[in-house]
Amino acid sequence: MTALAADTSLKATMDRYYRDLGDADGQRTSPVAWCSSVGPAELLRAMGFRVFFPENHAAMLGAARTANRYMPLAHAHGYSQEICSYLTSDVGAHLAGESPLTAYGLRGKPRADVLVFNTNQCRDVRDWFEWYGREWKVPVIGIRSPRSVEVVTENDITAIATQIEGLIPTLEAVAGARLDSRWLSRAVSASRECSDLWERCLQTAAHHPAPLTFFDGTVHMGPAVVLRGADEACAYYRVLLAELEQRARDNVAAIEGEAFRLYWDGMPIWGRLRALSTLFGEFRASVVASTYCNSWIFSALDAADPFRSMARASLELFIVRSEQAKEDYIARMVELYHVDGIVYHDCRTCPNNTNTRYGMPRRLAERLGVPALVLDGDVNDLRCVSDEQARTNVEGFIEQLADARVGAGSARA
Amino acid sequence: MKYAGIDSGSWNTKAVIIDAHARVLGTSVVRSGADLAAAAEQVYKTALERAGCTPRDIAAVWSTGFGRQSVSFAHGSRTELDCHGRGAAHYVAGPLAVIDIGGQDAKVIRIDARGQRLSHRMNRKCAAGTGSFLDEIALRLGIAIEHMDALAASSAEELELSSFCTVFAGTELLTLIRAGKRPADLAMAAYRSLVKRILAMDVLEGRVVATGGVIAHHPTMATLLGHALRVEIVVPPHPQEMGAFGAALAARDGAESVGPHGSEREHDQLITLARNPAHAT
Repeated sequence: MTALAADTSLKATMDRYYRDLGDADGQRTSPVAWCSSVGPAELLRAMGFRVFFPENHAAMLGAARTANRYMPLAHAHGYSQEICSYLTSDVGAHLAGESPLTAYGLRGKPRADVLVFNTNQCRDVRDWFEWYGREWKVPVIGIRSPRSVEVVTENDITAIATQIEGLIPTLEAVAGARLDSRWLSRAVSASRECSDLWERCLQTAAHHPAPLTFFDGTVHMGPAVVLRGADEACAYYRVLLAELEQRARDNVAAIEGEAFRLYWDGMPIWGRLRALSTLFGEFRASVVASTYCNSWIFSALDAADPFRSMARASLELFIVRSEQAKEDYIARMVELYHVDGIVYHDCRTCPNNTNTRYGMPRRLAERLGVPALVLDGDVNDLRCVSDEQARTNVEGFIEQLADARVGAGSARA
Repeated sequence: MKYAGIDSGSWNTKAVIIDAHARVLGTSVVRSGADLAAAAEQVYKTALERAGCTPRDIAAVWSTGFGRQSVSFAHGSRTELDCHGRGAAHYVAGPLAVIDIGGQDAKVIRIDARGQRLSHRMNRKCAAGTGSFLDEIALRLGIAIEHMDALAASSAEELELSSFCTVFAGTELLTLIRAGKRPADLAMAAYRSLVKRILAMDVLEGRVVATGGVIAHHPTMATLLGHALRVEIVVPPHPQEMGAFGAALAARDGAESVGPHGSEREHDQLITLARNPAHAT
């Protein structure tokens, strides 16, 4: 896609975030909390923590294609190559004493004073955080969420809200300060605004032609991931939204001559992001929406009821839901974004964010009449990726969509 | 008017020359080796000679296979998914499932009654379920791969190789050899193992057509597939050259090339279709 003017603002926003983290770590200006990507970041921010998201760090290792250098170090410590390659590449990088964050002036990953997980996404985040908890002898606390939730009930919400409130005494002890409910409401309010703005940015891709793709989204989601609950994220998304809406009004396409519109389900393949973006673009296929980028939309957040709304938001997420709820969600996205086909990434080491293993592609293809393609790969482990197979799979899928369109045209004629 | 298809595969490069009625006039197969372009030129030249043609007789050449972009003289390209499906659908009316087992990958392609491709599945990044698996087993048995099918014909005992992994299947084979099992039974066990991998790839509905080099050189595979599915497996003429045949059909039919070989006109046609208001509804 043509570079966005907002790219400059994005870089500056992320740069400030990392440098602020570096100050907190190096000069001890603030306590540092590690948080899983959809953990209770608002609570941590309200208590004055600088919040670090190791999944963001692992994604940087993947995008830099250095993950495979580090993973064997974690494997040697007994962390299997079959488990989350985010975990193994991040732990491996720690063992190697290396981090891409040095480019932002940090010594490495900021040392945690406390690590806070939510198992709503997987068990691996807890195992990951416990490795560091043992390494640094700091508290590891978290929320144990139900999985495969069909309908989010009030009982579910009460259970999670109680767990979130249960984190407070430990966090207050680490931070050396009491939680001020006004700050929590403010963080929840900012997080909700960020979520709403990000959702509107993504939904500009419902326009024909789409002004941004999933691949662009994986870059521009940075502030929604690491600055959720902070005003800086909202400021960035106001800039991005204005530009995307203008692009939609001007019919500026992310993919020149957009001929096919696709939906991506599953994790990105970070080390092949550019290659895949180019490959789809070569066939004028625009990947207009994704489950992944949508995962930082928390529409339930409500500053008037912070704990229960945080609980609801964490339970309503796609990844926590049952197969039926997930299928219904993807069906809504297919309709909203006028999608011609669905691409599923079967991510070898991330079963929780892979939706190909219990028959979903076949069921949804039959239910929606929308063809499906399954790409085998991995979020960080490039040993699981075959570029040749990916190319043949994608090209063959586009041939199938094109032939079906020609066939439909013949049938109408 | 005559048409040519070149299938630049991982092990072999194949060429087929057809006439306007899709009658096969000449074929050729050579090892792909390290120089894909040279293999394509060689196989094309030989197929032309066998067809009694010169390049000037050929209206269009289309390429397929993993090396399809290396066939510089091709006018268009289509994936092997398209070409094996297209070739099989020429011989067998849909709905059908096409099983193609090549040296490097295996595919299951589902085609509807109108001949439109519904879906495809390819093996993972793994040699299990491909011709490479049989090569490894033949190596372990100390026999030439071309003798494996005849050897399996005298199998008397049903043995099973349970490993998913080609390397571990080889190790398992050594255990069975130590236990005194006969090479014929081991060869048959390897075929059964390969069949199981193929059956696990997709649901095989409608008529089942088998193509590819493995089917061409190992007829036992089609027999075992038929027994497992309880249907007759259709093996069309020239199964190893089926991809090249499909590419020649694509050349004849003037299918759009969605790859980089496609002309602007072809791309424009696709875009026009994409913007068709009827589609948007």
